[in-house]
Amino acid sequence: MGERQATSPMRGNSAEDIQEAVGDVYRSESRRILATLIRLLGDFEIAEEAMHDAFAAALAQWPRDGIPTNPRAWLVSAGRFKAIDGMRRNARRDASHAALADWIGSEEEEAAARDDEGVVDDRLRLIFTCCHPAIPPDARVSLTLREVCGLTTEAIASAFLTSPSTLAQRIVRAKAKIRDARISYQVPSQGDLPERLEAVLRVIYLVFNEGYSASSGGSLTRPDLSGEAIRLGRLLYGLLPEPEAAGLLALMLLHESRRVARSSPTGELVLLADQNRSLWNREQIAEGSELAARAMSSRRLGPYALQAAIAAVHAGAQDASATDWDRIVRLYELLARVEPSPVVELNRAVAVAMREGPGAGLSLIDAILARGDLTDYHLAHSARADLCRRLGRTSEARESYKRALALNRQAPERRFLERRLVELG
Amino acid sequence: MRFMIIVKATGDSEAGVMPEEKLIADMAAYHEELAITGALLDASGLKPSSTGWRIKYSGGKRTVIDGPFAETKELVAGYTLIQVKSREEALEWTKRFPNPAIGGKEGEIEVRQLFELEDFAPGEAIERFREIGVGKKR
Repeated sequence: MGERQATSPMRGNSAEDIQEAVGDVYRSESRRILATLIRLLGDFEIAEEAMHDAFAAALAQWPRDGIPTNPRAWLVSAGRFKAIDGMRRNARRDASHAALADWIGSEEEEAAARDDEGVVDDRLRLIFTCCHPAIPPDARVSLTLREVCGLTTEAIASAFLTSPSTLAQRIVRAKAKIRDARISYQVPSQGDLPERLEAVLRVIYLVFNEGYSASSGGSLTRPDLSGEAIRLGRLLYGLLPEPEAAGLLALMLLHESRRVARSSPTGELVLLADQNRSLWNREQIAEGSELAARAMSSRRLGPYALQAAIAAVHAGAQDASATDWDRIVRLYELLARVEPSPVVELNRAVAVAMREGPGAGLSLIDAILARGDLTDYHLAHSARADLCRRLGRTSEARESYKRALALNRQAPERRFLERRLVELG
Repeated sequence: MRFMIIVKATGDSEAGVMPEEKLIADMAAYHEELAITGALLDASGLKPSSTGWRIKYSGGKRTVIDGPFAETKELVAGYTLIQVKSREEALEWTKRFPNPAIGGKEGEIEVRQLFELEDFAPGEAIERFREIGVGKKR
């Protein structure tokens, strides 16, 4: 995924040097090469095979001919020829392969293959294809991590606590869907963009959240997934500078800036109000706040921009009491209009409690729970418990902590709730 | 389609009285609403006409006349530019525009639809406007 030039002019031409150079190109360029080959060949499987053939050819030919000046273009071209060769060989058995090989081998296609300008767009096309609404949501996430980020099936399976075979099947089915439904390999037109972009942003944010607040399991976070999501968000915003893409990248950076402070050295959860803010990553806060401000000033406020703005208010406060709670309440009110949800209402209620006192927040939370909206949401009960605790309503607090505990499957969060229960006596 | 909400001047706005906190907050809330629905294109308040000037044309002759200008109610004190799908939607939005007059006194807004480049007969000159982004919608 890196942008750096893969080959170093200082390197010699010994077999080991070449091998190392090919390895470097693989690490930094293989995702872009694959994206281009998928565009040129119109098929994930053929493109993957072609790419591996191309790298094999590089290992064989570069020691003899030297490293080409543009290794990526060389590999794309080699991969394309390998694929055409393969199709021509198959053509003896299957007429449709012959037509395909002729088409891909045509002059226009050859010109398209040489066109380096279009290559940047290829990764963007690939993201939109992997996150296409016709593909089931869970498969979108897996496919994006596999094809755009280049994670192995095993790595993705372990991150989502599924078996590699289940995951591999999911990916195969998604690819078949793309082929059979003839999902076009392109960046959506202006008219479709808002809806399609939303699907892409949702996939990236899902990956981030799975890494930031693992939904189950023993550890609080999986930083590798969050890092991958931030890389994706950066790639997307770089290729498509839409306000909501800026908002999502900002939101992820601002959350990520608090990662170290979010858990104690023993792996226990530390709430925002209790975090040691000197542990927050200032660089990520600076970048995230800048992006959040840019998204807010776009005059098109979407849910990610607003959530990023909220995170930026927290990031800019010396401590919890110095937080501009009034601004946070107002931002949650706007967010509730853009994307009405009981969870947003809950967050607003907590902010109101910080602005006006626990009593005001508690009556809002009780109203939400009375509607039956969040009765199975552990955070609603732990928020309620916390407000009751601050109001000295100990038995109610205890009941709500117990409810929260019964609904939470995440080990560090469970230990946090258990500690609170013990403290209440 | 685009509409301009034109805020008419008042004695206060012409005297350079700045809007009170409450009015600024109401205006901010209204414009935030526009922004979350993607309807907001731009908005600004204008300084009093005493800081402006007019240029009168008579054939090839131009005369500069410095402000302030007397006909307060005809002057413009600010504008909000919106993009919406229909005239009805524009009417709905404009009905909710906060009273722009300082201290809740008598105020007035006027709403006008903007010409789009498509309203003009196609031609080379119109294309030149398009090229430099004049009349560009979102």
